[in-house]
Amino acid sequence: MQHEVWALTGIGAVALLSFLLGFQGARSARTTSDFLVARRAVKAQRNAAAISGEYLSAASFLGVAGLILKDGANALWFPIGFTAGYLALMLFVAAPLRRSGAYTLPDFAEARLGSSNLRQLSTVFVLVIGWLYLVPQLQGAGLTLATVTKLPYWVGATLVTALVMINVLSGGMRVVTLVQAVQYWVKLFAISLPAFVLFLVFLSDHSEHRASLSQPMPPTFVETTVVKVETDVTLQVGNPVRVVAKGIVDNDRPVDGVLIWNVGTHKVKAGTQLTFPAGASVPVASGQPLFNSTWLRPQSDSWSSLFQTYSVIFATFLGTMGLPHVLVRFYTNPDGRSARRTTQFVLLMLSVFYVFPIIFGLLARLYVPQLLITGNTDAAVLLLPNAMLDNWVGIALGSITAAGAFAAFVSTSSGLVVSVAGVLSTDVLKGKVRDFRTATLISGLVPLAVVFAVHSSDLSRAVTMAFSLAASTFCPMLVLGIWWRRLTAVGAAAGLVVGGGLCLLATVYTLATGGHDGWLSQILAQPSAITVPLAFLTMWGVSRATARRVPLDVSRTMLRMHAPDRLGFIRDRDVTDGVTTGADDDGRMRSGRHRRG
Amino acid sequence: MTGAGGPPVPARPGDRPPRRVKVVLADRRGAKRVPRTLIELEEQTKIGEELVKNLVNAQLRTSVLVAATTLVVLCTFPMLFRYVPNFADASLFGIRLPWLLLGAVPFPLLIGAGKWYSRRAERHERDFINMVEN
Repeated sequence: MQHEVWALTGIGAVALLSFLLGFQGARSARTTSDFLVARRAVKAQRNAAAISGEYLSAASFLGVAGLILKDGANALWFPIGFTAGYLALMLFVAAPLRRSGAYTLPDFAEARLGSSNLRQLSTVFVLVIGWLYLVPQLQGAGLTLATVTKLPYWVGATLVTALVMINVLSGGMRVVTLVQAVQYWVKLFAISLPAFVLFLVFLSDHSEHRASLSQPMPPTFVETTVVKVETDVTLQVGNPVRVVAKGIVDNDRPVDGVLIWNVGTHKVKAGTQLTFPAGASVPVASGQPLFNSTWLRPQSDSWSSLFQTYSVIFATFLGTMGLPHVLVRFYTNPDGRSARRTTQFVLLMLSVFYVFPIIFGLLARLYVPQLLITGNTDAAVLLLPNAMLDNWVGIALGSITAAGAFAAFVSTSSGLVVSVAGVLSTDVLKGKVRDFRTATLISGLVPLAVVFAVHSSDLSRAVTMAFSLAASTFCPMLVLGIWWRRLTAVGAAAGLVVGGGLCLLATVYTLATGGHDGWLSQILAQPSAITVPLAFLTMWGVSRATARRVPLDVSRTMLRMHAPDRLGFIRDRDVTDGVTTGADDDGRMRSGRHRRG
Repeated sequence: MTGAGGPPVPARPGDRPPRRVKVVLADRRGAKRVPRTLIELEEQTKIGEELVKNLVNAQLRTSVLVAATTLVVLCTFPMLFRYVPNFADASLFGIRLPWLLLGAVPFPLLIGAGKWYSRRAERHERDFINMVEN
């Protein structure tokens, strides 16, 4: 009971901090440009902290450790890819995109290729990617509150949505920039301090248990453990184990008492309660490595798992540049060079951060292996401190990680809501402050509705779907648009439809069937190694076929994107043709004091 | 930053005593300093376009080089682990090699690649400015 109070206190502190920062900043937010781009007055380091703060989501804070606990060495590709995406962004997109003056992806599509149809198509994909990314954030929030307080799942999701709405509605982007920058440091603190302390505890633990991580046997329970199974699961048992079961196991047999499970697989129905003695081998949900020794080795026994590894690399490396909330943030840099410098800081900040979830994942295999039974591994970061330290230190550290996780949901969701709402308000509704508010409501409530409808685990994998979609749609459009003169609007649209369409179909298939072990399902679960090259090829081929439709002003656009900042060709939000209704604000920005920020 | 470069226009009316002759001289000096090449860029002549094309190609070569190197290094790891089993089982300082290679090596590699790239990119831009302004 006590640790629930402390965890709630931590969460409350984070919520209050974001709210106060939001409230304070709200007084200085006046015009549409204040709301949308923070007047471009943000310095490289703070901007980098804001980007990292916004980017380190539930998938990073909880998901990475969870995947490592479950999948071992293979899961290391997720933090690598989440970081490497920023290198790709810096190499191909950051500086030219900033100079182009495009604020959102639809802006870019229109400014570069001059087609309002393409703009609308891009808008659709921005919305889908944004919402795909928001859903796991809200699920993570639900999971966190459910884990630390036993409150129902929907409370956390609703709470985070409400908090984000209040923040965004009260001050827009400027506030969010400040909140995000602070939240990077909150998150780093909340994961590094516990990781450090727990690692020391691990080093001082001289029991045999500590050495078991490399043995050819399943993980073992540290103490007598009660597990409540919440969804039907098939377990693999590696060593015979004695279990006290209450519920329905093995071919719909109701039991209430002692069972001896032999080596093999055992089915357990939802609602069953299992009690294992200390030292017993942990049964592991099927589809995951059972023995510690296999878990420790990268698993590349089959072609499809090798394909999946490469697909994750592809999706994360190329997907980051197509995430709407990341790109918007780059517009707050004053020029192209500072956009590059910002990205460099981001690489550093992310690299520092990801050390700690990896440590959590490793320790979790030793100290909270019961999560492998329910498959609820995303809770590892939240449960580990209490499992390792049975005193007030553990309680304190546990509430710190809970607060950090909460910071992760709030910051990522805020960024996503702002960018989705930005696109909604300029492209779908009219670009005035009041519509930005309506747009905010819509962009927050849609994913919340999805959370109520769909229930899934594995935050990191869920987020990777958004990455795959971004990599198969916007990555080719940006890269070819920035570096290749002969891209046409028709080509870009065809690429978006082919890459995005295939990727969405694969996602729908995976969600509908729940993902099986067959090679086809494995490929469809991580399709980007196929869809990304296909999207590139389509854009290239169709553009060549429609070569006459290369925009006339392509030379001017190229000059503006690539000429060094000092020559003064840079533009701020170049959409004055009356197509977007932000135009009157832009006029003010160019002539008035807002221009230089 | 936006206005920091470009033709140095000295005119901020409040700063300067209203002595007519000097104002005219200053204006002429300013006008003379707008380089021909900058005008060519602005007016989209063949020469200007060629210059931009060269810059874009130089930048793209650097980007592709860095991206390819990084990807080749990273993408070799899964192949190595699959086809050289000893490699996946080896350990260094008590830590398994795969964990060391995947957990520690990529991050400094990415930071270093980023640093090297932005230095190169800025050098290309400086060269371009020198060419344009002379």
